[in-house]
Amino acid sequence: MGPVDYIPRIRDNYARLGYKAYNWVEHRDTAPWAPLCKPLSECRLGMVASGGIYVAGQVAFHHKDDTSIREIPADVDTKDLRATHFAYDLSDARTDPNVVFPIDTLRRLVREGFLGGLSSRFHTFMGGIYSSRRVTEDLAPRLTGRFREDGVDAVLLVPV
Amino acid sequence: MTSALDITRAVNPPRAAFLDFPLGHTTGKPREPELQREILIGALSSFETMTAPGSVKELPFRWSEDEGWKAKAFAEGDERAARHDTPQYQDEEDRRRAEQGGPPSCPVCRS
Repeated sequence: MGPVDYIPRIRDNYARLGYKAYNWVEHRDTAPWAPLCKPLSECRLGMVASGGIYVAGQVAFHHKDDTSIREIPADVDTKDLRATHFAYDLSDARTDPNVVFPIDTLRRLVREGFLGGLSSRFHTFMGGIYSSRRVTEDLAPRLTGRFREDGVDAVLLVPV
Repeated sequence: MTSALDITRAVNPPRAAFLDFPLGHTTGKPREPELQREILIGALSSFETMTAPGSVKELPFRWSEDEGWKAKAFAEGDERAARHDTPQYQDEEDRRRAEQGGPPSCPVCRS
C-alpha cells in the first residue's frame, strides 16, 4: 500500500468542519541548496520540531495559530518534556517524546561519534498555523535567526 | 523528516527523509530506542549522500505488516480538537508550575 495522501484527506475534513479551504504551500521552483562541507561526525546539529513539545514549567502552546517558539535545552531531562497539539494523537508522544522530538536518540548519536555535537538548545513550535504567510514572514525568519545564533552546521526538521 | 509524503513533495524542501508511519511518529515508535536510532541514522546520513535539491529518501521501515493503520487513517478522518487560544497544558501540575514561575522571561516567545 502506498503512502497516505494527506492533502485531499485534510481538504475534505476542513470542508466538512466548515473551515475555509486551506491554501497548501506548493513550491515548484528548484529547492535552495547548501552543501554540507564536512562529515556529520564533525558537525554541530540543531533541531526544530512542530509537535507542540514544551518543558514542564514553560507556558504551554495554545492551539489557535500559535507562532511562538519554545527553547529546549539540549541537556533537558526527557521526563520533563510535555506534548500538546490539536491535530494528532498525543498518547505515544506523551509516553516517549522521542517519537516527535528525538532528543535521546541525538544525544546517543553524539556519544557514538556519528554526530560531532548538538546545538546547546533546540526549538519547538506548535504547527497547524493556518496562515502560511505568517510562517514565511514571521516564524521562519525567527527560527533561522536562532540557528545562526546557535552556530549550527545543519538542522533536523521534525514536523508532525 | 516527514510522514506525509504528498505534503513534503508539495513544499519541496532541499532534503527529506520519508518514514511511512502514522502521524505523531515522525521519528519512530515509542520506547523502541534501537529502531529510533536506525531511523535517524538513515535520515541524517542523507546530509552526506544527497547531491541534488529536492531529494527524498524513503526509509525502509514499516509500522506493521498489514498496514491496516492506513485504511483507518482514511476512514476515520480527523475531528481536530477545538482551537483554544489559551495555553493547553498536558496536565494541571504543568499549569501550576508555569503560572507560579512569574512572567515569562521572553515576552515574544513566552519561553
